[in-house]
Parts: sequence; structure tokens; C-alpha cells
Amino acid sequence: MSMDLIINILSATLVAGTPLLLVALGELICERSGVLNLGQEGMMLVGAMAGFIGALTTGSLMWGVVAGVAAGVAMSLLFALMAVTLAANQYAAGLALTIFGTGLSAFVGSDYVGHTVDGFTRIAIPLLSDIPVLGPILFNQDLLVYASLVMFVVVYVFLRYSRGGLLLRAVGESPEAANANGMPVLLIRYLAVGFGGAMTGLAGAYLSLAYTPMWSEGMSAGRGWIALALVVFATWRPGRVLFGAYLFGVASILHLVLQGFGWDISPELLAMLPYLVTIIVLVLLSSNPTRTRLNTPLSIGQPYRPSR
Amino acid sequence: MTAVARLTLENIVKQYPGCRANDGVDLVVNAGEIHALLGENGAGKSTLMKIIYGVIQPDEGTIYWEGKKLTLQGPAHARQLGIGMVFQHFSLFETLTVAENIALALPAAEARDRRALDERIREVSAHYGMALDPRRFVHTLSTGERQRVEIVRCLIQNSRLLILDEPTSVLTPQEVADLFSTLRQLASEGCSILFISHKLQEVRDLCHTATVLRHGKVTGACDPTIETTDAIARLMVGEGTPLSTDVPPADPGESLLQMHSLSFRSEDPFGTSLDRICLNLRAGEIVGIAGVAGNGQDELLRALSGEITVPAEHLTFQGTPVGNLGPDARRRQGMAVVPEDRLGRGAVPDLSLVDNTLLTASAQGMVQRGWVSYNKVRDYAQRIRERFQVKASGLDATARSLSGGNLQKFIIGREALQKPTLLVASHPTWGVDVGSAVAIHQVLVELRDQGAAVLLISEDLDELFQLCNRMGAICGGRLSPLLPTPSLTIEQLGQWMAGDFADSADAEVNHAVA
Repeated sequence: MSMDLIINILSATLVAGTPLLLVALGELICERSGVLNLGQEGMMLVGAMAGFIGALTTGSLMWGVVAGVAAGVAMSLLFALMAVTLAANQYAAGLALTIFGTGLSAFVGSDYVGHTVDGFTRIAIPLLSDIPVLGPILFNQDLLVYASLVMFVVVYVFLRYSRGGLLLRAVGESPEAANANGMPVLLIRYLAVGFGGAMTGLAGAYLSLAYTPMWSEGMSAGRGWIALALVVFATWRPGRVLFGAYLFGVASILHLVLQGFGWDISPELLAMLPYLVTIIVLVLLSSNPTRTRLNTPLSIGQPYRPSR
Repeated sequence: MTAVARLTLENIVKQYPGCRANDGVDLVVNAGEIHALLGENGAGKSTLMKIIYGVIQPDEGTIYWEGKKLTLQGPAHARQLGIGMVFQHFSLFETLTVAENIALALPAAEARDRRALDERIREVSAHYGMALDPRRFVHTLSTGERQRVEIVRCLIQNSRLLILDEPTSVLTPQEVADLFSTLRQLASEGCSILFISHKLQEVRDLCHTATVLRHGKVTGACDPTIETTDAIARLMVGEGTPLSTDVPPADPGESLLQMHSLSFRSEDPFGTSLDRICLNLRAGEIVGIAGVAGNGQDELLRALSGEITVPAEHLTFQGTPVGNLGPDARRRQGMAVVPEDRLGRGAVPDLSLVDNTLLTASAQGMVQRGWVSYNKVRDYAQRIRERFQVKASGLDATARSLSGGNLQKFIIGREALQKPTLLVASHPTWGVDVGSAVAIHQVLVELRDQGAAVLLISEDLDELFQLCNRMGAICGGRLSPLLPTPSLTIEQLGQWMAGDFADSADAEVNHAVA
């Protein structure tokens, strides 16, 4: 393989891994508060649909992104109303949200199938993009890829160094103890769920405005589910989420490359590759029980009702 | 003492569905006073504490803080005023460090400089003789150390009223002595302390005044330094309830159960591994194992119940190796177990008493050729209920709906009626009121007198000293020597609980003697 090909593959890896990274970072924050939102797939589709319609009708990609994020937040607040305020079963509420989101996006988006917009284009950052090898991979990407990297740093620093991150982890470990300490458990969970919704909406908008600038039904292709698995197997650590997302990215590019090389393997089998590789590697990584337990939000999946 | 009381409660009422937890409670706590709040489980102590700390709001009544009328908005508000609370089940976050836990309770501005906070934690903890490393993760701390974190967390906020909810129930005797000297020092510096307990001797040692609650009402106030323990106990339980069990001396027979250097490696990172445990139980005796929670008691119980299996010859029962048998096979041989966790392991919370009876007693002719005879199960459940006076709305009541004491009587009764040759009971009277505790103790003594061996795992030293004819302690998965109770001092036992015993060679010598 030539150097150029490797650079192209790695550059495409970032692009392919970005939607997964965005969803997984949002879900990581959400789960760290003790709320498991299985609605990612549906939220992502609604975000993609809203983002595309937003951009198409306003003619502005930025308004499209705003619409996608807003749709994601709206969906997540619907979830939070059920799972946090009404303390409904988080698993059932999340699955319902996915089913609802899939149907809603297909219904509203049906008139927009076949339209196209001019999606986000690559912006080379002056000077930095001239660095050999790294430059074209990291610094010649579209705006949303940069945004995802910024969000990664924000999430990492927030969890590790901020008081807010401490509060979030505390609520996720034991909402009862957090309440006894006077922390606003429900508010913190709402904010975490809302952040997850915003990130998933953004990921959806990325799909329909940058990755493949168009709308088609079910275009998230299971990425919401993969992101959910990613968060668990990454043991709720942002660094591993990043690694897992790009691993998925590189595997999904490789299957195209391998097909290009004319490998005599059925394309369906190759298409399984990214899903398989990501899960296997992350399962192997998450085998240290102590580290896993330190980072696991113990209260995950349990509705919390404050006693009065 | 200042003229104005630090905290005054007037006519506090809190109504829960089906239960009036506080029914017109009055309480006055002065500055620099150590005030005991006494009462049985369910007397309303915890509810009252939560009201003072702002976790729940009273339905009626007035709270005065240093003379001013007050409506508490929540725990953060209480802390801001200088009310600190140390919970019985600690409100710490295990996956965070000591400093992070303390930072969470402070206003954001004070917690920002982590290095200064570490320094303050070291200062405060050293001043009160409670060494703490701010950088350690809470899950690596012992129970006593966790309690220190809670106390230091209050002190660092300059609390003027410290509430401690049954603080000694999780401590070794030495740790209790250390805690008391800290509390006395605090009181001499003007801090008020509200000390919740049902251990009367401790209250008499430490407290200046005492208020007694029963069924949500104040039944008396007294000076615990003058009153006798029996007089205070009478205020707590009311007339007509026996205060303790009469335990005639044991008459041990032949050896029933031997553990030969049993080891078990725990897979759970927060669990305890068992290290070469040797144990010999004889018919007709109660052997006690003391220890601070989380030192291997649970693993020991599982190794006896069959939830953990070991090579067969490491555990012999009536001469046959049983180490490799599962729970059901062991039960059929007459080994019965009462686990610590009533709801979840001892009984299934959402099943009825009838179904819960079937869980361990199915071998008593209740199942024939795969079919359950519910008439027999009901008869059996009814016998448990009558014989052990289990208060329940009926046999179809769910296990969850019973009070702790009644459910425990049911579970112990279910095992006792099967006439086991060995009964292992873990914390059988934990969180149980005096009346039920006395009944449970009687069952254990009766089984003993019928020739069964009883192994009692407990944190309640009074209970152990009262019932057992031999006892020892478990610490870090290792078992101390077992000595006859009359020759054992509480100091010696305390040292064992802290892990201070010579190598297991001694234990083996002791077994040879026993």
C-alpha cells in the first residue's frame, strides 16, 4: 500500500468514526448519571431527518445542524420525562423512543427522499494541514469532525477535572447518597440526558449533512446501537470511546478497500467486519474488573424517586 | 452553656401511609451537649433525624435553630447553617476519593483549590486524631475509616450540631473508644452532638442527656449517667416485654462439622478471599464469629451454604466430605443457613410467605414426582407463623410487606422447623426490635439444646457474649482462634476483629484442644 492510500484510509476513518464518537460521548455522559437511554438509534434518525430538512429549507448548513441538535434534545427530553420524572422503566422507555424515532423520521422525511444538499466540505487548517502525514489526516476535515474532537476534549476534561463531572459521577453511583448530600439528582439527570440528546442529534445531522448529504430512511444503519455497546465495552471512559469509534471507522473503510482490491469474500460478510471487530476488541479491553467497576455507574438503569 | 438552646423541636409530626412515624415530638439540644436519642427500630428516630437534616419535611411542628424559627429547604441548607449528619449507611461515593467526596459537600468556591482542601482535610483529621489520606479511594477504606470521612466532612464545614445515626454499630470496640474521645473533644469545643443508638451502655458512657422515643412519641427524658440500663430499656420497649433471653450453659457433644484449611479466592474485586479457615463445630453448642462487616463473613457463609463449592475434603459434615456439594444437597443432609440479607437471599421479596416456604423446605414432603402439594406448603407456613408468632396480614402476604423482625422470625422459623443438624445464622437480629430479637435468640438456644450445632456470625458483641459458648473473630478472610466465652475479654476480641492474632498455627492448636 502506498503512503497516500494509508493517509486516505486514515482520513476517511475519522469521517466514518465521527458519528459514532458523537453519539457515544453523549450517551457516556447520560449513562454516567445513571440513566440508560436505549433511544439513541431513533434520536439519531430524527436528528438526521430534522437536520436535512432544516438545511434544505433554510439553505444554510448551520441552521440544519441547529435543527438536528434541537430535534435530538427534544427527543431526549421526551425520554427524560418518562424515565426521570415519571421514573418509568428506562429500558422500555428507551426502546419505545427508538421505535418512535424510526417511524417519525420515516414519516416526516418521506417527502424529502431523493433531494440533496451541498454538504459540509473539508476545511484545511492553514499551516497545521501542511504537516506531513498527520496534517492531511487530522487538519483537513470538515467542521463537524473538528467539533467532535473538541467535544471529546470537553467531555474528558469535564469528567476528570470539574466539579460538575464529580457531581455527575456521584449521582450515577448512588442517587440516594447524592440526595442525602443535597444534590439535585433529577436536575443533574435531566441535564445529562439532554446533553446526550444534543450530541446524538448532532451525530444525526452529521450523517445527513456531511457523511452522505441526503436523507434516506433508516440511514443511521445501527450506529446508535453500536454506540451503546461502545460505551459499555469502553467501560465508560472517554479515551476508549474515542479509540473504539475510530476502530469502527477504520474497519468500515477497510471493508470498502478490501472489496476494491477484489477479495473474493462476499461483500455482506465484509460489511459485518466493523461491527464484529469493534465489539471483539472492546470486550477484550474491558476485562480488568477493578478498573471497570471504578468507572461503572452503579445505579445505571434504576429509576430514582426522591422520598418526601 | 448559652441561654438559647442550639436546636429546639416542638410538636413535630410526620405521617406516612399507615404509620405515624413522629407523633408530636419535642426535643431540646444545648450547645456543647452530647444528647442521646434512644428508641427501638421503627420508633421514629431516623425520621426525626431526616427532618432535622432537611431530607424530609415535617407535616406539623416547628424547628428553632439558635432561637430562630426555621424552615429547612434541604440538606444543603442544613449544612450551611452548621448541621452535619453522619449516616448509618454511609452517604459516601465508593468510586471517588476521600477528597472528592468531601469536595462534593462543600460550596463550589471552597472546593476549587484541591491542594488546599487536601491540606485542610489532613489538618482537621489530625486535630481530632482521625488519620485520613485525602487521595485514597473510598472503596479501599475500612468501615471505621469511612465513618471518619463522614465526620471530617462535617467538621470541615464547621458544624455546630453533629448528628450520628447508630455510629458504633459498624465499629470494633477500639474504634468505638477512639470515636468517643473525638466526640468528647468536639463537645468540649462547643459542638452539640445528637447521638442515636440503641446500645444503652454506650449511651451511659458518652452522653449527657437522653430522650427516649417509642412509637413516634417521646416516652421519657433522663440523665443516662444516673439511670440504670434496665430503667432506660424499659422506657424504650414499654412494659411487658422481656429484655433478654435466659441462656442455660451449653452441653456440647460430638464433633459435627469440620473445615480443614478452607481457602477461597474471591473473584469480586471488592470481596474478601478466605484464607485457610479451620473450624470445628460440635453438637449442642453455639459458636460465635465476630468481625466488622466485609471481612469474609459473607464468603464464609456461602462456603457453608454451598453457594461456594470447594474440594470435597475441605469441609466434612457428620464424617462425610461435603465441600463439593451444592446448596440443595447440603440442605438435604441437615445443613441450614440464614443469610444476612433477608430480602433477596433469605426470602424472595415479591413472593408470598407460602412460596417462600417452598424455597428451602420443599424436601419436607411438599413435592412429589415433580408436583407441588400446596396444601402441605400452606400447613407448613401456617405452623411457622403460629409457632414463631410471625405478624403478617396472611399467608399470601409478600415477604416484602413484613417488618424486618417478623420476616426474620419467619425465615429462622422455616429453617428451625426442618430440625437441622447445623444452623448457620448471619446477623440474625440486625435491625430487629428487642421483642423479636429475644424470640430469635430463644430459637437458636432451643436448636442448640436439641443437639444441633449453631454458628452465629454477628457484629453485635452483646449478642455473641450472651449466646455463644465459644467464639472468635474474622478479619481479612482469616479466622482467629476460637476461645471459650468465659475466658475471652472484649479487648482480646477487639484485637482479633482488627486482625491482630498470631498465625493460624495457634488456631490449629486451639482446635486440637477443642
